[in-house]
Amino acid sequence: MKSLRTWFESGSPWVWLSAGAVSLCLIAVFGLIYLIAVNGLPHFWPARIAEIDYRDADGARQILIGEIVDRELKTGADRASGGEAQVLMKLGNRDIYGLDFRWVSERGITRIEYPREIIAVEREEWGNLYGYLAGVEEGGRRVVSADDPIAELGARLGRRHELKARISHIEKDLIGGVNYEMENLRLRQRRLELDGVKDPGSFAAIRDSQKALEAEYERLNGDLAKLNEDIGRDGIVVRVAGGQEVKLPVAKVIRVYQPNRMSVAEKLGHYVEKIGEFVSGDPREANTEGGIFPAIFGTVLMVLIMAIVVTPFGVLAAVYLREYAKQGLFTRIIRIAVNNLAGVPSIVYGVFGLGFFVYFVGGTIDRWFFPEALPAPTFGTGGLLWCSVTLALLTVPVVIVATEEGLARIPSEFREGSYALGATKAETLWRIVLPMASPAIMTGLILAVARAAGEVAPLMMVGVVKLAPSLGLDGSFPYLHLDRKIMHLGFHIYDVGFQSPNVEAARPLVYATALLLVLVIVALNLTAIRIRNRLREKYRAAEY
Amino acid sequence: MNEASLNNLKAIEGAGAASGLRNWRFVKDRWVRHVMAFGGISVIVAVLLIFFYLLSVVLPMFRPAALEARAEYGVPGGADAETLYLGTEEYAEIGLRLTARGEVIFFATGDGHVLDSKRLPIPAGASITAVGAGEPSQGAVAVGLSDGRALLFQAQYINTYPGDKRRITPGVRYPLGPAPLKIAEDGQALTRLAVQSHADQTTLAATTEGDQAILVSFKTSRSLLGDTTAVERKAAVIPATYGGVTHLALSVKQRDLVLASAEGFLLYYDITNTPHLIDRVNAVSNGARITALAYLSGGISVLTGDSRGRITQWFPLRAQDNRYSLARVRDFQSQAHPITVIVPEYFRKGFAAADESGSIGLYHATAHRTLLVTEGAGQALGHVAISPRADALMTLDRARGLRFYTVHNEHPEVSWSSLWGKVWYESRQQPEFIWQSSSAAGDFEPKFSLTPLAYGTLKASFYAMLFAIPIAVMGAVYTGYFMSPAMREIVKPTVEIMGALPTVILGFLAGLWLAPLVEQNLPGVFAALLMTPLAMILSAWLWTRLPASWRQSVPEGWEAAMLMPVIALSIMLSMGLSAPLEAFLFDGNMRAWLGRELGLAYDQRNSLVVGIAMGVAVIPPIFSISEDAIFSVPRHLTLGSLALGATPWQTLVRVVLLTASPGIFSALMIGMGRVVGETMIVLMATGNTPIMDFNLFTGFRALSANIAIEMPESEVNSTHYRVLFLAALVLFAITFISNTIAELVRQRLRLKYSTL
Repeated sequence: MKSLRTWFESGSPWVWLSAGAVSLCLIAVFGLIYLIAVNGLPHFWPARIAEIDYRDADGARQILIGEIVDRELKTGADRASGGEAQVLMKLGNRDIYGLDFRWVSERGITRIEYPREIIAVEREEWGNLYGYLAGVEEGGRRVVSADDPIAELGARLGRRHELKARISHIEKDLIGGVNYEMENLRLRQRRLELDGVKDPGSFAAIRDSQKALEAEYERLNGDLAKLNEDIGRDGIVVRVAGGQEVKLPVAKVIRVYQPNRMSVAEKLGHYVEKIGEFVSGDPREANTEGGIFPAIFGTVLMVLIMAIVVTPFGVLAAVYLREYAKQGLFTRIIRIAVNNLAGVPSIVYGVFGLGFFVYFVGGTIDRWFFPEALPAPTFGTGGLLWCSVTLALLTVPVVIVATEEGLARIPSEFREGSYALGATKAETLWRIVLPMASPAIMTGLILAVARAAGEVAPLMMVGVVKLAPSLGLDGSFPYLHLDRKIMHLGFHIYDVGFQSPNVEAARPLVYATALLLVLVIVALNLTAIRIRNRLREKYRAAEY
Repeated sequence: MNEASLNNLKAIEGAGAASGLRNWRFVKDRWVRHVMAFGGISVIVAVLLIFFYLLSVVLPMFRPAALEARAEYGVPGGADAETLYLGTEEYAEIGLRLTARGEVIFFATGDGHVLDSKRLPIPAGASITAVGAGEPSQGAVAVGLSDGRALLFQAQYINTYPGDKRRITPGVRYPLGPAPLKIAEDGQALTRLAVQSHADQTTLAATTEGDQAILVSFKTSRSLLGDTTAVERKAAVIPATYGGVTHLALSVKQRDLVLASAEGFLLYYDITNTPHLIDRVNAVSNGARITALAYLSGGISVLTGDSRGRITQWFPLRAQDNRYSLARVRDFQSQAHPITVIVPEYFRKGFAAADESGSIGLYHATAHRTLLVTEGAGQALGHVAISPRADALMTLDRARGLRFYTVHNEHPEVSWSSLWGKVWYESRQQPEFIWQSSSAAGDFEPKFSLTPLAYGTLKASFYAMLFAIPIAVMGAVYTGYFMSPAMREIVKPTVEIMGALPTVILGFLAGLWLAPLVEQNLPGVFAALLMTPLAMILSAWLWTRLPASWRQSVPEGWEAAMLMPVIALSIMLSMGLSAPLEAFLFDGNMRAWLGRELGLAYDQRNSLVVGIAMGVAVIPPIFSISEDAIFSVPRHLTLGSLALGATPWQTLVRVVLLTASPGIFSALMIGMGRVVGETMIVLMATGNTPIMDFNLFTGFRALSANIAIEMPESEVNSTHYRVLFLAALVLFAITFISNTIAELVRQRLRLKYSTL
């Protein structure tokens, strides 16, 4: 007993307790990343599809086909007694059953099988369809299937993908381009009217271009109609659980696979393909399916523009503070201001960005440069530029602090040596100081980018939307469209996770998106940390 | 030094071919210097810009109203007939004046020239003896005649846009036909009249020469083909009027009638069926009289003005026993002379009042704000009219003619006391803190109380800090003082990465993973909170029991790594125990138990979840800054303490923590700043209902989340928009103050360390 008391008096348990606090932090970090990975990664793995015989509470017998997603004990007293287990089945076929997830009591399952013939059909709408392939149709007539209906279907799917690519090219690139041009012409005409140009020649030129574009549009529309007719040729018939046969146009089918038949290698291939689609595809079904490419693209583009804006200002301010300003009250005030800027809640930046950048600056730009588009705002509404500028303001302290730290580490001998050789201060700065500080600047920039990539709250106000019709960078002049709304990974997580009508179905996708975002941010931070550590080592060596 | 060296350089080289280059270099140097200064100063400018921009958006809310005189002219249409009613339309371009002769004169408000004049179809032999106007937004006016009948009319303004310019054509229509309606059965002249007319329902209340108060309602029904209309008339005598009635007011819903009596009583009637008296209150102090009576827009509150210049707001309240009574809500005592007329605004809860001295006051009921009181000219104003948009005002008196003003009064709804104090909103039992910025109803009284939101922010901060401080500070203590350098190399970057995790991900996990988990395993969560520290101490003790050879094989400073499996196990064990504990201690359902035994409501997304998630978000900054302070405590201090025989823990508590305490304090301030402004976590992990209780198991709505939710749909420069900016300014101010304190403390600490 005495030993216990002295042990407590020595403070050793408190040391352990504080060690425990550190362990908790470590567990939190690794646990979070693990949690996200574990929930996000399996989403793309082709899960086995079960066929079960189910007798519900009323004794009615049903056959259900679907993935078994989750198993849970019921809450409360039942749970304590080991009570009734329930499994969550993803039944798919949302268009037929109305809901694609269902809790079933484990007790009611009398038979569970994994038939090799079951197919999973990935569709453009209504989520997955599970069932048996009953036949393939062409032009409404059942095609006598070959020995292997799946292979037969495969060829038709290949044709569908090819046609689809052409349709998408026409719809998005060609017709989109024509529409964009038409809008530009309309604006040019309005501009001429506003400028009071009376010269009929300019108007005639515009009208001619409009006519040409209209003809082009007609032609494209004709092509499109023909392609749409072509793609509508094939159909498949699927027998779903319960024996009902469902017809499905091949045009709406993205992929058909038989997960119960696939080998591990095939599953792996499928997995990689799905991840590729996730990263490079467009979202479908109110963002709950498909890919997140526009969100990735929007985030990257926004962060790049932000980096271009933030770097000069951050470096300038840091160099001024460290190299030019006389250290004293004034620099102290600036440093406090910088730290304050870093501490201001991001939502305040959002409010400021909305009021100042979007409404005030953007509104002014519109009145001066884009009067032809009014009352539709061009820059007077949230968009890529304002997102980037708002985030630049938000991250400028990060760059300043990191750069200043880098500058402070450069031994003054280097500067003095440069002066001694007759260099001016500007030359010393440009040739000696900045190159030596560049890794520090880089660190700051990386940290700023990491911060910006994860920030959501301010962006919700200055131009991030749940679904942007077009990317901020494309083939139409002026290529970079600073006024367009963008999609953003962080906002995508918030939106799909909390605002989507089918949260349960979207959840794995949100985890996958979160995983991607976390990986990017962790990688950026680790890089920054590595650079900083190397830098410290280097100057430690230089100091002695 | 640099300047000097350059000058030397110049002196040595003298003039020559190189001087051009040198000058260029010199210019470049100068130029760079300016650019750099610009960069540095622009940072301060940015901070100031944010602050002043937010302020510039917020300030107009607190500006008093102003009346700007635009035009002044003689009574339009001539002053020989008495004016009975004055009104205007949407754009305040056309005014309407009703004369005692029954002329409706439309005039241009800009210069008073008569645009049109219509004569009401008043039967020969009758004259106008009373006039009453309905809810301004409905625009019905009734004139009472000397033969006991009344005529209802409505001014009508038709907007056309010939040549892209607006033209307003005024006209008069008669909703119940141009024939006068019988009001007094006995044909006595009407002395006072109140009216409300909406769609097919019209109600008139009147007093007659014989001091009888009567109520008549008309219900119009159209035949199926729409060619004939039948008017159903219902009349009743208003009982118990207690003597002479001086004023009448009808609510817009035509369900309530308020009478003011000569003795200063306010009589409140329910007229849904047969009129019956609900409540009778003395509305004035001794010796005063009620001199004006009007309904506020929306038809819930009644305003009385008395002979001492006091204006009082009343509305009916339902008591426990379902009986209504008229409650005195607030008084305005800004004018010194008897109030002659009270004119409500069309859509807001504001009103204008004029007194006998001719002074005009602009008020807002909800905000309890007197926005403006003008100097009176000594003569009572007969009529005051407010335009529908409340941006123009007209006054008319026979002697001085008509005056037309532009009103600058965009944000009367908000005052400092209504933002932060309790406000007695219409139909509420008592003054309350409510945030309810918008509603589908048009005559909605916006409730802008920032207190519940600030309360939510504080609640979130409190629970988050409660969770974060022990972990962050203790972790910092261990990492900064006990941990082996090798492990520190791992821990520091890990915590940094923890700090870099986007809050949207923390919020998402909190809302979609943690919240259901906590809900299902509530006893387990508390068990984990209790068991984990115990498990740590227990394993520490067991460690001392281990053979020395084992212990020595592990170098010092790796306790944290060894504890990781212990903690993971204890958490898992707690979660596993959750169900049995729930069955054993809480009858199988802890949430129900909480409600039953402690009266605590339980929401799935609650403060506990937010506290944990936000705690995770603020541990890193607190940890890093505290660790910095602890790690940089000069070694000779701790070594001295150890040399004098103190144990490491004693050294830590008495020497290290004491020295580093300002650094830890500044870490806490910075953590506080982070928590207060955090948005995504509170947005995603709470229900975002603006309620005020400190229950750990309910949600709240924080200032930051409120901005994120409402900002995108708020109209630019509206009061709502500015209030949200105020919320942002409050957040800015809180973080500014806490960060500045933290920074000052830190700078001082650095100075101290350097002298130690």
